[in-house]
Amino acid sequence: MQDSEIKQAIISIIGDIAPDEDTSNLKPDVRLREQIDLDSMDFLDIVMELRKQYGVNVPDTDYMQLATLDSCVNYLRPKMQGKTLKV
Amino acid sequence: MKYDAIIIGAGMSGLAAGIRLAMFDKRVVVLEKHYVWGGLNSFYQFKGRQFDVGLHAMTNYIPRGAKGRPLTRLLKQLRLRHEDLDLHEQNYSLISFPSAKLRFTNDFSVLRDEVRREFPAQRDAFDNLTRAIADFNELDLSAPRQSAREVVRRFVTEPLLEDMLFCPLTFYGSAIEHDMDWDQFVVMWKSIYMEGFARPTKGVRHVLTLLTNRYRELGGELRLRAGVKRIVSRTGEAVGVELENSEVLEADCVLSSAGFVESMKLLEPTASAVGCMPMRTGNPTADAVGLNGHIGRLSFTESISVLNPGAMPTDATIIFFSNRDRFEYRCPDELVDVDSGVICMPQNFRLDEPIAPMVRVTNIANHAKWCALRRDDGVDSSVNVPADWGQGLGARDQGSGSNPQSPIPNPLGNDAYTAAKQACYERSINAITPRHLADFRPQVSMIDMFTPRTIEHYTGHLGGAVYGSPVKRRTGETPVKNLYVMGTDQGFLGIIGAALSGISMANKWVLQRDGVLTERDA
Ligand SMILES: Cc1cc2nc3c(=O)[nH]c(=O)nc-3n(C[C@H](O)[C@H](O)[C@H](O)COP(=O)(O)OP(=O)(O)OC[C@H]3O[C@@H](n4cnc5c(N)ncnc54)[C@H](O)[C@@H]3O)c2cc1C
Repeated sequence: MQDSEIKQAIISIIGDIAPDEDTSNLKPDVRLREQIDLDSMDFLDIVMELRKQYGVNVPDTDYMQLATLDSCVNYLRPKMQGKTLKV
Repeated sequence: MKYDAIIIGAGMSGLAAGIRLAMFDKRVVVLEKHYVWGGLNSFYQFKGRQFDVGLHAMTNYIPRGAKGRPLTRLLKQLRLRHEDLDLHEQNYSLISFPSAKLRFTNDFSVLRDEVRREFPAQRDAFDNLTRAIADFNELDLSAPRQSAREVVRRFVTEPLLEDMLFCPLTFYGSAIEHDMDWDQFVVMWKSIYMEGFARPTKGVRHVLTLLTNRYRELGGELRLRAGVKRIVSRTGEAVGVELENSEVLEADCVLSSAGFVESMKLLEPTASAVGCMPMRTGNPTADAVGLNGHIGRLSFTESISVLNPGAMPTDATIIFFSNRDRFEYRCPDELVDVDSGVICMPQNFRLDEPIAPMVRVTNIANHAKWCALRRDDGVDSSVNVPADWGQGLGARDQGSGSNPQSPIPNPLGNDAYTAAKQACYERSINAITPRHLADFRPQVSMIDMFTPRTIEHYTGHLGGAVYGSPVKRRTGETPVKNLYVMGTDQGFLGIIGAALSGISMANKWVLQRDGVLTERDA
């Protein structure tokens, strides 16, 4: 999966989790929590959607790797290799 | 087939937990003994009209876009949009005592101004209390238990103001007589005074349809008329349930919204070991009395008067009242205490389309007294509009507020239950009008009333205890492994509270623990 697709995958998951939030202008290098209303329960959901949709495992100890869109892409790049974007 | 989780009860907590588990492809079944879902907050049809069992108001109202509040958390966890709930805000509510009245709305500054007007000497006390509440983290489940009365008295020194502030919060969420746990007080304060009241036009039906549809879309299984007769356990570990029809279902985990004592009773007799297990709660009084101290003593009657179209006895949405300046939130010695309660006018939310005007009155009631009344089989126990209330109601009675008390029947007389309902209904209405709202008696076209017996029958809560056990189990754990309580007895009350409880218990004990991150699922 391309980096841009990984980003799209994450944004689409956030859109599912928080349907009231506007996800169209998320800044890639700013913490997601500062841009939209996400708490630890929501990060759990992001992780669960990643495994449900892409079979990707994110152990609890790696949750902080999901802080920004850029860090998500870096962290997920090896895990998402060869997967197809589902949006 | 073995389920990942079995959920006992299709109330708010059970449905919300079911949605969470079905969302992540868990094999889950919600078992409900009743033929309809909703639990304490269900709906029914009576004489061709639709009624809600519980709903006065949804608490925790915030406008769309407000961050980090319970309602936003609930919406996100269930993947709902704010607009899906179709919420309409209240006009205003009133705390009405003989010597003072306080108005509040979904804007906290209104209450603050009212307190300053009625209790000028308490203005700083109130602000300091407000600050202490804002600073307290009610989500920290490890905080030590404190009496809310004691904490509030450190700030508020005027007993009338103290009682007035407690009145709405206890009525909408205290399982403890005359007090609350401080953390529960903070939860209720925020959800009622700082957030606020709203209602979907179609009432609780709308919320329940939303939840059941979501659950079914996600592939969740809901079984009605599927009462759990027994929770099956082996060596101190829950492994499934046996239904009334003797069918046995196996599961890795059982989440029960039936109540703590109720769930413990479902374990017997096989798990007799559990019966001898000391039920340590950390609360010395409760521990001394054993399980009995866990059965709540607060039950309610609800008297519902449907009014003629256009009737408008008040524009207030909800009135929390006491006819005595010292407010008593206790199980009364009589069938019912008509001198305090909650009056709700569901038509006084800012709805898009008008609904039939009603006055719903909640009073605290004595479950044991109601149970002692003889009830004859096959007798229609409806309450009738008293003959002298109709158009012919003379100026003699109207508005005088001094109607003679309807006599309470002999408990063993012919169908004493129906006679007591009629008498208590009349007392309940006579006690509020015209004191707290204009006399609406000539406009009553139909009546329904339910009692602690009705509540116990439909929800299974022992003692008809609306808010369950006075001893809450904040982590959901029970003495039996893999059996967790959620909803009322986990300590989160009301529609929003119960739903959030179901969500957090499903997250904590199924999804986070052995759920999505295990090898088996991988
Ligand atoms: C008169 C009244 C007015 C209220 N007004 C409001 C209000 O205005 N706003 C508000 O927010 N809250 C209100 N509430 C409170 C609110 O309804 C409850 O706090 C909430 O619905 C509790 O949900 P729950 O899931 O914890 O439990 P419950 O609703 O009690 O659900 C438990 C379910 O489990 C089922 N069950 C029990 N035992 C078994 C068994 N053995 N097998 C299978 N199923 C079983 C029951 O049938 C029930 O459906 C009111 C309650 C009452 C009674």
